[in-house]
Amino acid sequence: MEVARVIPCLDVTNGRVVKGVNFVDLRDAGDPVELAARYDQQGADELVFLDITASSDNRNTMIDVVERTAAEVFIPFTVGGGIRALEDARGILRAGADKVSVNTSAVERPQLINEIAAEFGVQCVVCAVDAKRTADGSGWEVFLHGGRTPTGKNALEWITEAVQRGAGEILLTSMDRDGTREGFDIELTRAVCDSVGVPVIASGGVGTLQHLVDGVVQGHASGVLAASIFHFGEHTIAEAKALMISQGVVIRPV
Amino acid sequence: MTRPLIAVLDYGIGNLSSAQKALVRSGADARLTRDPGLARDAAGVVLPGVGAFGACMDALRAAHLEDVVYESVASQRPFMGICVGMQMLFTSSVESPGVAGLDVIHGTVELIEGNVRRPQMQWNELHVENEDPLFAGLPKTPWVYFVHSYSAVPKDSLVVVATCEYGKNLTAVVRQENVVATQFHPEKSAKDGLQLLHNFVSSCS
Repeated sequence: MEVARVIPCLDVTNGRVVKGVNFVDLRDAGDPVELAARYDQQGADELVFLDITASSDNRNTMIDVVERTAAEVFIPFTVGGGIRALEDARGILRAGADKVSVNTSAVERPQLINEIAAEFGVQCVVCAVDAKRTADGSGWEVFLHGGRTPTGKNALEWITEAVQRGAGEILLTSMDRDGTREGFDIELTRAVCDSVGVPVIASGGVGTLQHLVDGVVQGHASGVLAASIFHFGEHTIAEAKALMISQGVVIRPV
Repeated sequence: MTRPLIAVLDYGIGNLSSAQKALVRSGADARLTRDPGLARDAAGVVLPGVGAFGACMDALRAAHLEDVVYESVASQRPFMGICVGMQMLFTSSVESPGVAGLDVIHGTVELIEGNVRRPQMQWNELHVENEDPLFAGLPKTPWVYFVHSYSAVPKDSLVVVATCEYGKNLTAVVRQENVVATQFHPEKSAKDGLQLLHNFVSSCS
């Protein structure tokens, strides 16, 4: 049986979580390790850390976060952001991350996917794709740099290529929906999920718990990623899973 | 209770430290090592593994740890394989034709077939087929985290003590005397995984 996953995403810069995360009784709401441990206890299935550190001088800070997380958190976690070369992936995986996520660097040099997959296996390589509907509505285009830079690449074609090169999972973000709280782009999610054989995580636009259900049931996603609805204390992982289970989604109960 | 020394065999591939860290959390003095002497002194030995079967076998042999595995298994001390570390205990894998496995457990490792996504990268329910000390204190159907595209098919089906359903029933845990191995990652399986590791650690003291 295929089992869905609920995945909170934490944005980290210089070793600190960006945007205050609103858990009432945390000692340090900015500490990614403490937050990750909390999500583990709450029943999250996986975690994603997105390192948005601008300066490469601070890369070692993320290695430290990964090492401390691996000693405290016993669910899988992925690290994305700033992985430009095989060496970067090696550092993050050796520090204890289960997967690395590549985005811009893979579009710029697709061979990076082959390199990481060859050394660590396809299960370690997540290809993150930021997709935006084309003006004529005929499909979706890959964007870089948080939706600012168009690439001219067709999203479905790029995702197919990424899987052929060794991506073991796709993290798909709709740039049209990201930050809107209007729900996933279901049409995009389903188009991707139905065209590749690897797991696909849907991201971008979650504003209600029903959106998580819709991502799996209507979008056919293997996992659903969300940030703000969990971070700001609006909903717990347990509430999300209870609703999913009540609507027939197979998921690990809390 | 003293913390039993557990040698986690380090042959320099991928993320092996997670298993060591989870064993420490589960009550062991677990050390990542490639020192045969330390493995000989240890109360238990763990063979982790991630990535491709052939790459892992090559790295294990390059690190001169193959004989350490055979000695540990023969010593009757508790021995645990995890994920590709489990697959390596078998005779061969279709993932890497021509590469000999350790053949501690007779059988092959086959591609997951059926109308399911590959890899199986998800939590799944364990179906316990034969009671084992490894499952002490666990719920009737524990949830554990799998990441794999290939699945072990033992010659002797009696070694299978737990399965999971993914397209069809897949081997999830095998037991052959002092050797136990899990296809899933107990070190990534939250509470149930730590309990299972704790049970292994307890068997080492």
